[in-house]
Amino acid sequence: MTIDWAIVAMAVPLLVQGALTSLKIAALAGALGLAGGVALGLVSLGGPAPARLLVRAYVDFIRGTPLLIQIFIVFFGLPMLGWRPGEFVSGVLALSLNSAAYVAEVVRGAVGAVERGQSEAAKSIGMTRGQILVYVLLPQAIRPMTPALTNDLITLVKNTSLLSVISVYELTRSGQAIIASHFAPLEIFALLAIYYYVIISCLAYVSRQLERRMPAW
Amino acid sequence: MVTATMQAPSPAAPVPPPVPAPAAPLLAVRDLRKSYGAREILKGISFDLARGETLVLIGPSGSGKTTVLRCLNHLEAPSGGEIRLAGESVGGHLSPDGRWRPMSESALARQRRRFGFVFQRFNLFPHLSALDNVTIGPRRTLGLSRAEAEARAKAQLARVSLAEHMHKRPSQLSGGQQQRVAIARALAMEPELILFDEPTSALDPELVHEVLDVMRALAREGLTMIVVTHEMRFARQVADRLIVMEDGAIVEEGPPEAIFTDPGDPRTRRFLTHVLDR
Repeated sequence: MTIDWAIVAMAVPLLVQGALTSLKIAALAGALGLAGGVALGLVSLGGPAPARLLVRAYVDFIRGTPLLIQIFIVFFGLPMLGWRPGEFVSGVLALSLNSAAYVAEVVRGAVGAVERGQSEAAKSIGMTRGQILVYVLLPQAIRPMTPALTNDLITLVKNTSLLSVISVYELTRSGQAIIASHFAPLEIFALLAIYYYVIISCLAYVSRQLERRMPAW
Repeated sequence: MVTATMQAPSPAAPVPPPVPAPAAPLLAVRDLRKSYGAREILKGISFDLARGETLVLIGPSGSGKTTVLRCLNHLEAPSGGEIRLAGESVGGHLSPDGRWRPMSESALARQRRRFGFVFQRFNLFPHLSALDNVTIGPRRTLGLSRAEAEARAKAQLARVSLAEHMHKRPSQLSGGQQQRVAIARALAMEPELILFDEPTSALDPELVHEVLDVMRALAREGLTMIVVTHEMRFARQVADRLIVMEDGAIVEEGPPEAIFTDPGDPRTRRFLTHVLDR
């Protein structure tokens, strides 16, 4: 078996464009997913009962169905609602919706694990449920949440590759385009793997640094 | 007709109490009950508390002292009975048909501001400095400005002799210091009374006195307090009145000197022999 180094040399710079798009998608979906997930998590912790039930059902649906199917549902479903945002926005939205469910679970778990005495102390100085969440429980949950959120973010980066099925020109899709014109699948897929690996290693490193710098009390 | 469904003597009923009546009691507890499933923890507790009074609850472990305190400000919802703070029913009210109607969550939160609570394990907020621990209540629940709340917090921290430690986190403070911050946190809310739940039980023996000294000073200043404790010497010196509990009921109540020197109930005698003989 021989490796066609000429194709590899040609593909490396071409894939950079795709990698940047993947990063952009991950950043957008990560931010939206985090915001949505924290909101959903807070509702499932302190919201009215019907809202809690809805969040539960949402999380169950997202966790119980393949992301690939969710991407198709968003991609083909939005136009039926009269909105054609294009494949990029559809893709970001699908990943955000997916990620929010997982983040919600992380938030719920970490906030729920804060010692009960903390809520009792907050109650005893007259805080309402919402105030207890915002001023007492959530700040204490951030540090224990970080490793799990990092995992979610890493999964999200890898999941961006699934958007190739709706023709978002991200890293995997741009690799497939090179394969289609030059037919060197092994070289290109190996190269894609390296790209993802490097991106995720960097992320993991940053996250470890962040964790180390977080205040311990 | 209105009082027909009530089991306990209504505070409105004109039955003169046996002791010379102080005005209206600050806190009136009638037939307080608490069960977890079939297990009855409190079997009908009744007592009054006057403004400025220091009431100490003693009794063996598991007798229900802590549960009484936790029911008073509804950290635990009582299963029955009535608690009145300055005449106002706590946690809800009995409707005319005899059913308990809990108040809204925000109304209960407002009511809890009138009780201070000091926990056995301090329960300080670990992510906040001592100062912020004391400031957060007045600032977030009483609506004071940051400057006002901080001024109030600093005054209370000075009162418990911790002014120089106010920028430290709880983890940087000793147990005794942490408990004093917790007392300052309760004081800063300017509550009508403070409930102390075994405030020295989690402390190393050599740190107990600094917390008791603070509480002694507060009692002298006329703060209304209810203290659950195993510190018998403190109980004897500081209590205006002592309640001895056993097995979810009050077995004896009266001035501490009388109870310590001549306990009327054999259960009290047995308990005191155990704790004083150590």
